Amino acid sequence: MAARATGGHCLLAGPMFPTVLEFGKTGFGDELARGALSTLFIAACSFAIGLVLGQLGAAAKLYGGPFSRFMANIYTTVIRAVPELVLILLLFFAGTKGISALGVAIGYGPVDINGTFAAILVLGFVQGAYSTEVIRGAIQAIPIGQIEAARAFGMSGWQVFFRVVVPAMLPNAIPGLANLWLIVIKDTVLITVTGASAELAQMTKNAAGFTKRYFLFYFVSGCIYLAMTLVSNFFLSRLEAHVRRGQPKLA
Amino acid sequence: MDWSWLPKYLPMLIQGLGMTMQLLVISMGLGLVLAVPIGLVQVTGPKWLSRIALAYCTVMRGTPLLIQLYLFYYGLGSVLATFPELRQSMFWPILREGYFYAILAFALNEAGYAGEIMRGAFLSVPKGELEAARAIGMSPWQVLRRVWLPRAIRNVLPTLGGETILTLKSTPLAALVTVVDLFGVSDRVRQETYIIYEPLLLVMVIYMILTFIITRIFAVVERQIPARR
Repeated sequence: MAARATGGHCLLAGPMFPTVLEFGKTGFGDELARGALSTLFIAACSFAIGLVLGQLGAAAKLYGGPFSRFMANIYTTVIRAVPELVLILLLFFAGTKGISALGVAIGYGPVDINGTFAAILVLGFVQGAYSTEVIRGAIQAIPIGQIEAARAFGMSGWQVFFRVVVPAMLPNAIPGLANLWLIVIKDTVLITVTGASAELAQMTKNAAGFTKRYFLFYFVSGCIYLAMTLVSNFFLSRLEAHVRRGQPKLA
Repeated sequence: MDWSWLPKYLPMLIQGLGMTMQLLVISMGLGLVLAVPIGLVQVTGPKWLSRIALAYCTVMRGTPLLIQLYLFYYGLGSVLATFPELRQSMFWPILREGYFYAILAFALNEAGYAGEIMRGAFLSVPKGELEAARAIGMSPWQVLRRVWLPRAIRNVLPTLGGETILTLKSTPLAALVTVVDLFGVSDRVRQETYIIYEPLLLVMVIYMILTFIITRIFAVVERQIPARR
């Protein structure tokens, strides 16, 4: 591999299937594949955390008292107005330091936080602000009569929520949430600035830096990201069709 | 809180702010100029051209901007460096700068997102208005310039406002290819003084103010449009 590394920077240099992309010890194929899995894992966990935070945020904004509404507004306004890159660095430094300090405080000693874990928390926190807005909008779009009717039947708050609000809001929320899923996949690359994880962008950076074949590796990695978003798009549009079943077709 | 670094780095911060604005305005401007034909051919163009435009938008929107930026900066940059003629030419000082690749990546990326917006915008103009303009005797070019494009842009002004904010929020990526923008300055302070939070917090507040200003500007522009509400 070291010999191959001197083979020039050109995209077209070398054989048709460059050996640097092979799996195993001769190439970076397996590293890229592991990076891609790590990217999907980080994206999925962050998305899930974002959904939970989004649900809480939307509840705070719609049904909360003045204080929780104020806090939720600060949360969504600040997170959505600041570049993700800045937020990720800030939250990463503050978060790892904070958790470490917490470890010292409870007598556990300084904690060394796993980079992937930190990345998931940070991205999840950012996603939560966007999910809040999507879910809030989707709940507000439900005709109020449906919720009143459910109440009139004698359903409890939770029953109204799970039987009426969730199924009725999903068609409104899925397009927005689908968009957020695509965004979180693309946002995982920003973790590379912390240098603390092993997702696809970091692996690409390592491989490209080692072999000096920058064009090839960034091109291949771009294709992998594109494949992820295209496959996601396919399933998400089927999911949307599923939750919209029984509704009149749009335009 | 330690703000002792601020006086020393204030001039650099102001320059960084200027660089951020410059990145935003140039890449947004170029992106929009490219977006008009990309949107238009998807609505009226021949099938093959509309397919190419659609594929372009899909690729640009389906891959992370940072990967695109690195592909241009490291990838294209290293390929270009293998041409000795180019290295000796007068363009090399430009082609060597991260700034050039940042603008290139941001503008092309923006064209993908805005192209999709413009496609919807062109579709949103009522057909009758275009037919009326043709019936008065305008050439297709005149229809585009006087009726179709202005009406289309008005319809999507709120979306373009949001898009501008998204572009602003992606400009700090330029700092990763050696451009000293607002975020780049905070990075520089961190490297030189080991102060982490204060510069990042200050930069964060400045980005929030910029976002607010952009929102206001678009609100004012939207109010200029004579429309029945």
